[in-house]
Amino acid sequence: MALIVDALSWALLIAGVVLGITGAIGTIRFPDFYTRVHASSVTDTLCALCIIAGLILQAGFTLVTVKLVFILLFLWYTSPVATHALVRAAHHMGLPPYLSNNASADAQKGKS
Amino acid sequence: MIESLINIILFTMLAATSLAVVRLHNLFAITMLFGVYSLLSAVIFVELDAVDVAFTEAAVGAGISTMLILSTLVITGHHEKNPKHGPWLPLVVVILTGAVLAWGTLDMPLFGSLDNPIHQHVAPRYIQDSPEEIGIPNMVTSVLASYRGYDTMGEVVVVFAALIGVLALIGINEKKCAKRQYSSDERPPRPVLQVMSKLLIPYIMLFALYVQFHGDFGPGGGFQAGVIFAAAIILYTLTFSLDDAFDLISPRVLRPLAAIGVLIYGGTGIVTMLLGGTFLNYSVLAGDPKSGQHYGILAIEFGVGLTVATVMMLIFYAFVSRGEKGKVE
Amino acid sequence: MMFGFSCLALLVVMGVALVRAFAGPSVYDRILAVNMFGTKTVLFLAVFGFFTGRPDFLDIALVYALINFIGVIAVLRFVESVTHTGTGAD
Repeated sequence: MALIVDALSWALLIAGVVLGITGAIGTIRFPDFYTRVHASSVTDTLCALCIIAGLILQAGFTLVTVKLVFILLFLWYTSPVATHALVRAAHHMGLPPYLSNNASADAQKGKS
Repeated sequence: MIESLINIILFTMLAATSLAVVRLHNLFAITMLFGVYSLLSAVIFVELDAVDVAFTEAAVGAGISTMLILSTLVITGHHEKNPKHGPWLPLVVVILTGAVLAWGTLDMPLFGSLDNPIHQHVAPRYIQDSPEEIGIPNMVTSVLASYRGYDTMGEVVVVFAALIGVLALIGINEKKCAKRQYSSDERPPRPVLQVMSKLLIPYIMLFALYVQFHGDFGPGGGFQAGVIFAAAIILYTLTFSLDDAFDLISPRVLRPLAAIGVLIYGGTGIVTMLLGGTFLNYSVLAGDPKSGQHYGILAIEFGVGLTVATVMMLIFYAFVSRGEKGKVE
Repeated sequence: MMFGFSCLALLVVMGVALVRAFAGPSVYDRILAVNMFGTKTVLFLAVFGFFTGRPDFLDIALVYALINFIGVIAVLRFVESVTHTGTGAD
């Protein structure tokens, strides 16, 4: 039983970490602000869920679990809203998105 | 092995952040990086087992001071001015000062060694006697609130004095901000933010109360709780408007409350004197010295929390109202 | 063991987020990176508590989860109030 729980939390932690690294690579590699937001925000919530679920499996039913659940809820609640506010502000302030008609020039820039 | 690797990475990130702060010129970006710097310090404090310090650093350094500096930048302008002189003289001065400081550390005892003066002076007594004398699990709180009650009172008075300074220099512009159409005309409404901050603010306040009253058992206490509580009101001010925040908690209410917090702290000391003890010796507050200490610590932590929360809100109000007034004219 | 590796991996993510925060180019990229750095730090603090075997100090992670959000909103609000138009590049 303990082995199964350990294996499960291993798997969840690894999944969370892999998601986090994926998002990090996305924020470095993607060409403009809006695509970077996409990379980081989409991975963020599932990464938090996986890591915190992995920790909860280790913690058992204690006050620590309650706090972990609260951290997860706060992250789930705040990080999409923060992303929304960020993109809205950027768009409102006129940050130009990366569109297909200037894609060729930027793709060459990316290659060189 | 892993632990020292974590240490190395954290310190590398700290150094990289400070270098980036030097290189950048946009003061908003620099302020955010200062927040990152504080957060990294908080993580290092957690690693060093100084959880109370880490808590304060995360709440004050990474949180409220970032917001206060940001609100100041609106008043002062957000781009660094180009210096008129070359970089060489400051560089020489900095290198010399750093060399002198490094030379000074040569005389200091080794980091973490047991015969450091800090481990020999009063710390062993606090660690040995505080369970019997004060009887609360978090020794940091018993040192902060009871053994070193004078210091903490001084800190609260410093916070209060900062408020007096800000109010005397800038003041809170209450009348000019009372223009309703300003927020609806010029700025787009923020429905998502408003709805979610309405949902979030009660939980932030509840968490602040938890930190306030759980300070005897875990990391936390009046300073951190006050800052978190003020952060809730700041979130309200940011997502709604300054006028709405004034309607919620008027500066007229806050100003006396800031003074009352300091008075509660000092008054606890006076009460202990009237009951026959010395200033801030809480043992006389109840029949049993331990419960007396408990009551005393609760009272002064409440005073600290009240003062810190109101002072942070008032300073934020002062900066933001000044910034918005500048825009109206 | 697994907590140690997760800690290191999260530190890598934090480092990459910092690189984006340093590189910019627009102020919004920096805000995004700092926000990402904050959430990953919250997760790091949670995992680190388990790594050292004392998971009782999650309050710091909890408080930063809240403070981080308010900080992002504050930056957005004040950037918005000083820059009216333009690309937001610095």
